[in-house]
Amino acid sequence: MSDPSSLPIQEPLADSVPSRKRLFREVRERFIEVILLLAAFSAVATTVAVMLVLITESAHFFEQVPILTFLTGTKWTPLFEDPEYGILPLVSGTLVTTAVALSVAVPFGTIAALYLSEFCPPWLREITKPCLELLSGIPTVVYGYFALLAVTPMLQYLYAFVGEPLHRWSPGIFPEELGGFNMLSAGLVMGIMILPFVSSVSEDAMRAVPVGLREGSYAMGATRFQTAWSVVFPAAFSGISAAYILGISRAVGETMIVAVAAGLQPNLTWNPTDSAATITAYIVQVSLGDIPHGTLEYQTIFAAGLMLVMMTLVFNIAGHFLSKRYREVY
Amino acid sequence: MDTIQTSIFRRRIISNLFAGFGFLIILFSLATLLMLVAYLLYQGYPRLINAESGFSFNWKFFTSFPSRFPEEAGIYAAWVGSALIMLVTSAFAIPMGVAAGIYLEEYARKNWLADLIEINVTNLAGVPSIIYGLLALGLFARQFHLGQSIITAGLTLGLLILPVVIVTTRESLRAVPDSLREAAYALGASRWQMIWDHILPYSIGGILTGVIIGLSRAIGETAPLITIGALTFIAFLPPTPLKVDPTFPFFQVSFEWLMAPFTVMPIQMFNWVSRPQPEFQINAAAAGAVLVFMTLSMNTIAILLRYFLRRGIKW
Repeated sequence: MSDPSSLPIQEPLADSVPSRKRLFREVRERFIEVILLLAAFSAVATTVAVMLVLITESAHFFEQVPILTFLTGTKWTPLFEDPEYGILPLVSGTLVTTAVALSVAVPFGTIAALYLSEFCPPWLREITKPCLELLSGIPTVVYGYFALLAVTPMLQYLYAFVGEPLHRWSPGIFPEELGGFNMLSAGLVMGIMILPFVSSVSEDAMRAVPVGLREGSYAMGATRFQTAWSVVFPAAFSGISAAYILGISRAVGETMIVAVAAGLQPNLTWNPTDSAATITAYIVQVSLGDIPHGTLEYQTIFAAGLMLVMMTLVFNIAGHFLSKRYREVY
Repeated sequence: MDTIQTSIFRRRIISNLFAGFGFLIILFSLATLLMLVAYLLYQGYPRLINAESGFSFNWKFFTSFPSRFPEEAGIYAAWVGSALIMLVTSAFAIPMGVAAGIYLEEYARKNWLADLIEINVTNLAGVPSIIYGLLALGLFARQFHLGQSIITAGLTLGLLILPVVIVTTRESLRAVPDSLREAAYALGASRWQMIWDHILPYSIGGILTGVIIGLSRAIGETAPLITIGALTFIAFLPPTPLKVDPTFPFFQVSFEWLMAPFTVMPIQMFNWVSRPQPEFQINAAAAGAVLVFMTLSMNTIAILLRYFLRRGIKW
């Protein structure tokens, strides 16, 4: 029934119901998108907050201690009567434990990755890869316990055979016996911890090498080892080096293993058989005491933290660029 | 002819030796893992197993507070603290991480903002965990006046595992094929309806894997919580979240526990390791065995989940 008078009323009604619904839907969609964006922005906020906290807290520190003294001083005794604020002993401890860890993780991690990607039958890889990942899932304080109470005694036992002649040969480098706290055992255990990380990232890089390259090598009569070593490894090298650098930044930031097994005595030494404190171990040591807010010793941990962030940042950026480069190769 | 044969023979030997060496390295790493677990169990079993009552499981270790006497000390405060902190961590990190992952994968256009967030996520994954502790000390504990409490600890670990959750969420969203999205749009679904009703249910397994891996990492973290100022000796439990009340509705939810001081399993273990008395090392080993059992079983669940999901779904 067409009633002309009803038309002007019905028309807007029929139109407005879906449009109001559409408006509601549009508003809801926008709202959700904004919430999601805010959540994603939390990553940026965290970075900004980290830098803000570290810089503002250590700014007070650097008002009282010149940056040059901090960077070049060879004594770190902020908790003593006569405090000295030279970060070098902590840096040397950090670098030595990192170097020991890398001397395990880099060669062994690379060989494990080459084996997994070039030699290993797929079913075995399917089993061993996740098992290796379990190694990096172990809490680091457990690794610290293991380093202090299992690996150090084992090293001391081994050292008993070689230590004496080595000590006679060069007493400056080799002590008579291995101390209970030493960077060697902490570094070795740390190396085992980051080994799966290095091997898994480098294996990904090796797998990204096109099969054509391998087939070409095999067609020339190369063995698996020749293919792996002279074709796959160089082709994947920028990716592999990114894995190394990420491994370095992980070793530099590692805390509990060194805090438990390497000792807490800041010691400017490059000898892994010595005990020494790392940057992270120092932060832990100070935090364990009740530090009053606003004192200079409270601010030292932020200054040390800033140093640590700077070191890892350099490695992370280098790793980022290296991994970006290798992605563009193929 | 002979020289070619010997050359081939030699090269084959080198190749096989290398393969054997690689295999040995992997065996060696796995043996280390086994040795570590065995060492913890061997050292810690006097505390875990009750020899007097017929070698039964020693529940007393789980229900005693720390003590000056190593035989009486237990991990009650530590595991309750760990559990409550994991609760806060997951309540914070799961929604935030999944939301951020969804934004980056489904909404973000290619612009500077998306790049900025992206760079930050990868960068955060490389920040040492102790730095998160310094952040929490300066920001949560001092600026926000949350103190050395469970909520500070939970938020700290939440921030720490956020990159893990974001990255795995993105990976599992990316695994859902575009035809599914197009089909949902074709039926008139809005973007959020498409994500919530279709994409999320398909990727929930992958997201769960990431969450479990993140939480298993958080449960073993020690350094950032020490930095906040976690106590190492606690002989009480935080106030209960659910209180019985005689009046309707009979239960009272309280959030007092969020502000309570805490200790966690790894800190308890660290405390025992750093004591000079050898009796406490037994406790440390026992706590370590419990901790390793928890993280290894979480990791195993995650690995199995990933394995079966990859098998089950064929697009």
